[in-house]
Amino acid sequence: MRTRALIGGATFCVLFLSWYAATDLFQLIDRHRFPSPTDVLVAALQIINRGYAGGTLITQCLYSLRLVVLGFFFAVLTGVPLGIAMGLSRRFEAFINPAFLLIRPIPPLAWIPLAIVWLGLGDSAKILVIWFAAFVPAVINAYSGIRNIDPTLIAAARVHGASSQVVVRDVLIPGALPMIFTGLRLSLQASWTTLVAAELVGALFGIGRVLIIAYRDIYPAMIAVGMISVAVLGALTTKVLSIVEERVIRWRHT
Amino acid sequence: MAAHLSSRQARHELALLSLAGTVVFFGLWQGVAVSGLVSNYVLPSPVEVITAGLAMLVEPFAGNTLQGHVLASLGRWAAGFALAAALGIPLGLGMGHWRVLDAIVSPVFEAYRYIAPLAWVPFAALWFGTGIGGPIMVIFTGAFAPCLVNAYRGARQVERHLTEAARTLGAGGARVLLEVLLPGALPSVISGLRVAAGLGWQSLIGAELIVVSSGIGYVLVQGQSNLAPEIVMAAMLAVGLTGLLIDVALRATESRIKRRWGQPA
Repeated sequence: MRTRALIGGATFCVLFLSWYAATDLFQLIDRHRFPSPTDVLVAALQIINRGYAGGTLITQCLYSLRLVVLGFFFAVLTGVPLGIAMGLSRRFEAFINPAFLLIRPIPPLAWIPLAIVWLGLGDSAKILVIWFAAFVPAVINAYSGIRNIDPTLIAAARVHGASSQVVVRDVLIPGALPMIFTGLRLSLQASWTTLVAAELVGALFGIGRVLIIAYRDIYPAMIAVGMISVAVLGALTTKVLSIVEERVIRWRHT
Repeated sequence: MAAHLSSRQARHELALLSLAGTVVFFGLWQGVAVSGLVSNYVLPSPVEVITAGLAMLVEPFAGNTLQGHVLASLGRWAAGFALAAALGIPLGLGMGHWRVLDAIVSPVFEAYRYIAPLAWVPFAALWFGTGIGGPIMVIFTGAFAPCLVNAYRGARQVERHLTEAARTLGAGGARVLLEVLLPGALPSVISGLRVAAGLGWQSLIGAELIVVSSGIGYVLVQGQSNLAPEIVMAAMLAVGLTGLLIDVALRATESRIKRRWGQPA
């Protein structure tokens, strides 16, 4: 394992050095197409201190983060219960499925223009699109989480006298939780992808706005800063989600 | 519960419920749309959407007919998808087999995965333009990860003694990759391709929304700027339908291959 980490570290060093050599040192690559490490540093300092595309790095990041968190929460609050309900009742599933099957194959990004027609370029359109993006994986995984529970577990609980309510609360929902969290991780990923796309299409603030303005200004170093910010934000939120998961599903590790 | 629902009567009931769900969904939509509660510029009725879609089949919109736009998108998609598969699958198989390669590529790949595919759009447009190259790169960034990950997982499942046996019998690296790892990993590889196809299609739509001026995503944008939600919705249906067709085709391939090569439990 330690050699693995060493090799990984060495790879990053080699990549960074060759990047530096190809750009700053020997200027093999056109700077207007591919930024050098110093360019990226300068761009980062610029957006951190003076701001770019209408705000400093921290305001732009917080702005995007807030939208993702809101959209994601709405999707979890609506999608997970719907998925659970569809998993519990075949009748409810049969009733909802046609509408769901119609909506499901439409990629969340395709909702962006409609959201703009409906709600304009502001926050609510973004939240709506993120909600759509995060909703589908939340529903599907909650549903299959419930359906994939071993029937003998349910039978065992029933034999021991558990009522339907108790079975749902103590067997089905806890049993579905790992799958539900798998769905939430997909939802979170989809939320970020969709937000970036929505902000690229049209936004007043946010990291996607930084990216598109940097593209129009032909400022590749700032594009790189924006991409790094998106990656860091995505990694941070994923980390938070896995901490929550560990707390909620304690029994799996103990 | 499951026992009595599997009876014929119960299946009948479920089918009726599905029908009721469909009717309620479209009924509500049509009802709200024609009631005048919301403006026609917000919610067109299902009938208007279908009419708009059919009209676009014959009359060009935004420079092409609906099927023309879909075909333009599909062509780009196929190129980006093929590129992702051609690079991702061999790399994933190799990483599954050679530990050193795994140790070198994995950290870089993990970092890469955190970047949302659409965040590549500005660089893609800057480096390869907005015609063909840029969109292909965006599709590639969307489809590459699942290709690699599933090839990797599949290769890890191939039993070590099989590759060792091939080596002992004198097979070189390329032959081990092609004749032992690839067939062994095939079921997993195909599942990865299916995920990749969906993500690639979705990324392409994103790219077309942002910088490209042809294809089905462009129809969406044009519909939006013309304030024609019925065109937007018809294009959304076309996007969904095409994605669905791609998925169905790959699913059929998947089940054929799984039947032929078997699925290691």
